[in-house]
Amino acid sequence: MNRWSPPVLGTLGAVALWWGATAVFGIRPLFLPAPPDIVAAFRAQPGYLMRAAGATLGVTAAGFAIAVVTGLLVAVALTASRTLERAALPVLVALNSVPKVAIAPLLVVWLGFGSQPKIVLVLLICVFPVVVATMAGLTSTPAELGELGRSLSASGWQTYVKIRLPWALPQMFTGLKVAVSLAVIGAVVAEISQPGGGLGAVVVLSGMSFDTPLAFAAIVLLALLSTALFYLVVGLERLLVPWARAISG
Amino acid sequence: MIRLKGVSRTFPTRDGEVAALRDLDLDIAENQFVAVVGRSGCGKSTLLRLIAGLLEPTGGALTIDGAPVGRPRQDVVLMHQLPALLPWRTALGNVMLPVEIRRLPRDEYRARAADLLDSVGLAGFHQRHPYELSGGMQQRVALCRALIQRPRVLLMDEPFSALDALTREELATQLQAMHLAAPATTVFVTHSIPEAVLLADRVVVLGTRPGRVRRVLDVGIPRPRSFGPNAYVARAAEYVAELHDLLLEE
Ligand SMILES: Nc1ncnc2c1ncn2[C@@H]1O[C@H](COP(=O)(O)OP(=O)(O)OP(=O)(O)O)[C@@H](O)[C@H]1O
Ligand SMILES: [Mg+2]
Repeated sequence: MNRWSPPVLGTLGAVALWWGATAVFGIRPLFLPAPPDIVAAFRAQPGYLMRAAGATLGVTAAGFAIAVVTGLLVAVALTASRTLERAALPVLVALNSVPKVAIAPLLVVWLGFGSQPKIVLVLLICVFPVVVATMAGLTSTPAELGELGRSLSASGWQTYVKIRLPWALPQMFTGLKVAVSLAVIGAVVAEISQPGGGLGAVVVLSGMSFDTPLAFAAIVLLALLSTALFYLVVGLERLLVPWARAISG
Repeated sequence: MIRLKGVSRTFPTRDGEVAALRDLDLDIAENQFVAVVGRSGCGKSTLLRLIAGLLEPTGGALTIDGAPVGRPRQDVVLMHQLPALLPWRTALGNVMLPVEIRRLPRDEYRARAADLLDSVGLAGFHQRHPYELSGGMQQRVALCRALIQRPRVLLMDEPFSALDALTREELATQLQAMHLAAPATTVFVTHSIPEAVLLADRVVVLGTRPGRVRRVLDVGIPRPRSFGPNAYVARAAEYVAELHDLLLEE
C-alpha cells in the first residue's frame, strides 16, 4: 500500500456505500440523489457551477487571507502587552460568541450588496482560531531561547522576527487548519443569506425549485473546495516548518 | 576584571525571601579560567546570571572593568546547560545569530563561523539542522555561537552536563585548547571535579544556603593538561581529593 491508497480507497468506499444505499432502498433522487444523478446535474451546466465555485473560492480566499494577517497582528499586539491582553481578550471572546448567521443580514445592511459583506463574514468567522493559536505559540517560547535573546540584547522586533514568531509557526498552523475550514462555511453562510452568487446561492435556489441533484452537485463542489484548501494549508505547513515534525515526538 | 564585593541576591517566593547568594566576594583577573563548584541549589547559576547582567544583585557591588553591570553587555556571553539552538536554523545559521542581532558584517563573520565549526569537529555538518545532530554536536554548535563574537567574558553553566563521559572529556579538552589559543575570562560552572581541575586556573567552592565562597583553590598544574595518565596525575588527584572532601563536608 502506498501512501495515497488509504485516502483514495476511503473516499471510493464512502461513495460506493452511498450509491448502494440509494439503489437498494430505491430512494428517489428528490430526497437523496445517487452519484450518477449528481454527475449528470454537473454536466448539464458545468459553466454555471464552476463560476459559482469560483465566486465562493474568491470570497473564502480573500476573507481567509485578511483573517491570517489580522489574526497575526492582533496576536502579536496582545502578547506584547499584558495590559492590552487583559483589556481586549474578554471583548474578543464576547464578539466571537455572537452567532455569525445572525449578523449576516446586518452586514448586508451596513456594507451593501456585493462581495464586501461576504468577505467580512468570512473574516469574522475564522479570525478567532488564528488569534488564539498564534497567541499560544507566541507565549510558548522556551525559557532558554527567551534568555538567549535577552543576553544578546536583541530588540523587541528582533526577538519577534528571529525567535518568537518562527517558534509560534507550528501552533499558528494548527489555527490556520481550523480557520480555513471555517472560512468556507462562512462564505456559504453569507451566500445563503444574500443569494447573489456562489455555491451557497446555488444550494438555496436549487432547493427552492426542488432540483436536489443540482443542490448536491454544489455541495460536492463545496466539499472538494474545502478539502483542497485544507490540504493546501497542510502543504504550506510542510514547506514552511519542516522542523516542527522533526522535533516533536 | 570581574569584581564582586559583598554581592547578595534574594528571590521573593510565596514563603518569604529566599537568599540565593549572600555577601559574595570574588575577584577574577583578565583571561583567567575560573571553575565554580558547589552543591545543587547553592547559587551557581544565579552567580552567572548576575555577571551576565540578566539578574541584578539585591545587595553589594558587581563590576566589570570598574563599570557596574546592570544589563547584558556585548562582550559577555552566557552559555546555557541546554544548547538552546533555534530548530529552524542550520548549524551555521545558529552560529550566525549573534552576528545578525548585533548587525555585524555577515560576510566577514560567515568565514569565522565556518572555521569555528570546523575547529570543533563539525566540518561537513554546517548545513544540518539541530534535530539532525547528536546532543554533543548541538552543544558544540552552541559553543561556536558563544565564541563567534570573540567575547571577553565567557560564562558557562554546566555546558557539558547532558553529555556522556567521553564526549565530555573530548569537549573539555577542546575548550582548553581554544582557551589557550584565544584566551577569554571564563567562569565555568560544573559538577565534575576532574573537569574543574583540568580546566581551571582557580576553583571556587561555594557553600550552600545561602551561597557564599567557602574556598578558592589555585590549580598549579602546567598546561596543556590532559585527562588520563600523564606526568601530573598525582597532583591532579590531590586537587580532586581536596575538592571532594570540601564538597562532602557540607
Ligand atoms: N527565579 C527564582 N525565583 C525563586 N528562587 C530562585 C530563583 N532562581 C533561583 N532561586 C533559588 O536560588 C537558589 C540557587 O539557585 P541556582 O539555580 O543558582 O542554583 P545552582 O547552584 O545553579 O543549582 P544547580 O546545581 O542545581 O543548577 C535555589 O535555592 C533556588 O531555589
Ligand atoms: Mg544551575
